[in-house]
Amino acid sequence: MSVKELVIEKVKNQFPNYQIEFSEYLDELCLKINKENIVEICSFLKNDEDLQFLLCEDITAVDWATRKNRFTVVYHIFSLKNKFRLKIKADVEESDCSIDSVTSVWRAANWQERECYDMYGIIFKNHPDLRRMYMPEEFEYYPLRKDFPLMGIPGSLPLPKK
Amino acid sequence: MERLKKEDVHPKIVEALLRDTDITIDDALENEMILNMGPQHPATHGVLRVLLRLDGETVMNAVPELGYLHRGYEKMAENMSYYEYIPHTDRLDYISPMANNVAWVLAVEKLAGIEVPLRAQYIRMMVAELARIASHLVAIGAFAMDVGALTVFLWTLREREKILDIWDILCGARFTNSYTRIGGVANDAQPEALAKVKWFIDQFDENLTECEKLLNSNRIFIERLENIGILPADLAIDLGVTGPSLRASGVEFDLRRATPYLQYDKIDFNIPTYTEGDCLARYFVRVDEMRESAKIVRQVLDKMPQGEILANMPKKVLPKKTEIYTRMEELIHDFMIVNFGINPPVGEIYHAIEGSKGELGFYLVSKGEGHPWKCKIRSPSFNNLQALPYLVKGHMVSDVVAIIGSIDPIMGEADK
Repeated sequence: MSVKELVIEKVKNQFPNYQIEFSEYLDELCLKINKENIVEICSFLKNDEDLQFLLCEDITAVDWATRKNRFTVVYHIFSLKNKFRLKIKADVEESDCSIDSVTSVWRAANWQERECYDMYGIIFKNHPDLRRMYMPEEFEYYPLRKDFPLMGIPGSLPLPKK
Repeated sequence: MERLKKEDVHPKIVEALLRDTDITIDDALENEMILNMGPQHPATHGVLRVLLRLDGETVMNAVPELGYLHRGYEKMAENMSYYEYIPHTDRLDYISPMANNVAWVLAVEKLAGIEVPLRAQYIRMMVAELARIASHLVAIGAFAMDVGALTVFLWTLREREKILDIWDILCGARFTNSYTRIGGVANDAQPEALAKVKWFIDQFDENLTECEKLLNSNRIFIERLENIGILPADLAIDLGVTGPSLRASGVEFDLRRATPYLQYDKIDFNIPTYTEGDCLARYFVRVDEMRESAKIVRQVLDKMPQGEILANMPKKVLPKKTEIYTRMEELIHDFMIVNFGINPPVGEIYHAIEGSKGELGFYLVSKGEGHPWKCKIRSPSFNNLQALPYLVKGHMVSDVVAIIGSIDPIMGEADK
């Protein structure tokens, strides 16, 4: 059994009642889940004996601008044991722009979620230190949202005191 | 380094800094001290700012502040075509721009489904490995300079200069190369360039040994690094550390072996690992990796076939300049690609290579348009820097400099 089938079977057996969509594009397996279940599924994927997705490579979001669920948070995790990369996606709507933090699962998620918050304004609940990563703390906008202009907003960045 | 007053620091940073203590910042200035290091500090390798909480000379806590070199490259990527973005990847990890070029085009080719000719793949492997050597040479030289051994820096930069000369012949630029193209490379590796690579590899081992002799028998160097900044393997994985820093902690993880790309599965090389996980081990890993890279380049030179260097896909790959001027068909394709882009099919991919600092990945979302809908750069320096607070705790201020040097962060990449 290939790793891909193993992941699908394990996840299906563990969470029979959850709504999980499996998809594949160019040999990359992707799980689409509800955002309420993110911590539970992630900690299972990390702690399972056969899967061991120990490395959290990247957390980011996609702004779809016109869709009903405006944002999709995307996680890339890697299993050192199986040499297998998995993508997890969870939709986040604009009115309730938040998702549970996975810092309790991977410590690497700390800065990655901070960056995602800085760029998209998605609140990661239970994050220990949710500050802006790159932009100054006083900055009011979220630069990677599609409604933020490429040229920036004049006067939005305060100049340092003399 | 300067001593800070309360109003100089943003309250949220103060909160992060004083999390595990019950003192307030007012008496912190009496007993403990908040010290600002950077962003304009030579030992931070760029514009990294670290706030240190000190008790005497011992570091109690550290909070790295990033963003001083944030240029919004992810936003810019969403507003330009895939071709236009190649020069911008040079400015990410500006110590090894070739590796970034390779990473970007590999991601785009995966998204657009482009097969690259074999010769171009071997040329890409060659430049990626030379970029790794060039990057590690700077890393070791600057690292040694940070802990007081100045001569090594001059010697390693002399070696790096030879690689820059090779790039000069290969693509006409020494520093910001933009050598790769979607579907291949910009121009063929001339015999002159290959001969120079051969010459470089032949003399490199001897010169590296010379540099090593300066350091390995240097008691000050060894004693300043041994048992400093120990990163256990499980913590390293948990913190998302990749590259030489992870391998120094004893984890044999290298994307060239784990998920082979280009032709790395046909090449024989070792993955150097050390188990100590301290600054000295990170230095040893880099030296060993340079030898392995030289070995790879030698095999690449032997195996490199003759043939095309650009894929024959007129709708996706820019034609040669001479053909644009003489043929109608090519002129039309050139016009379409330059003005409207290569329009990969709707989909999203993540592709990562083993860059010189660690896993360098690009996550691309295409909506079938000429520019990416979303481009995320997974930069190794950003993730490796996350380990810094864990490494410096309990060490002296002077060790902070050594630890930053051993992680080898490049801020252009960490700040994007």
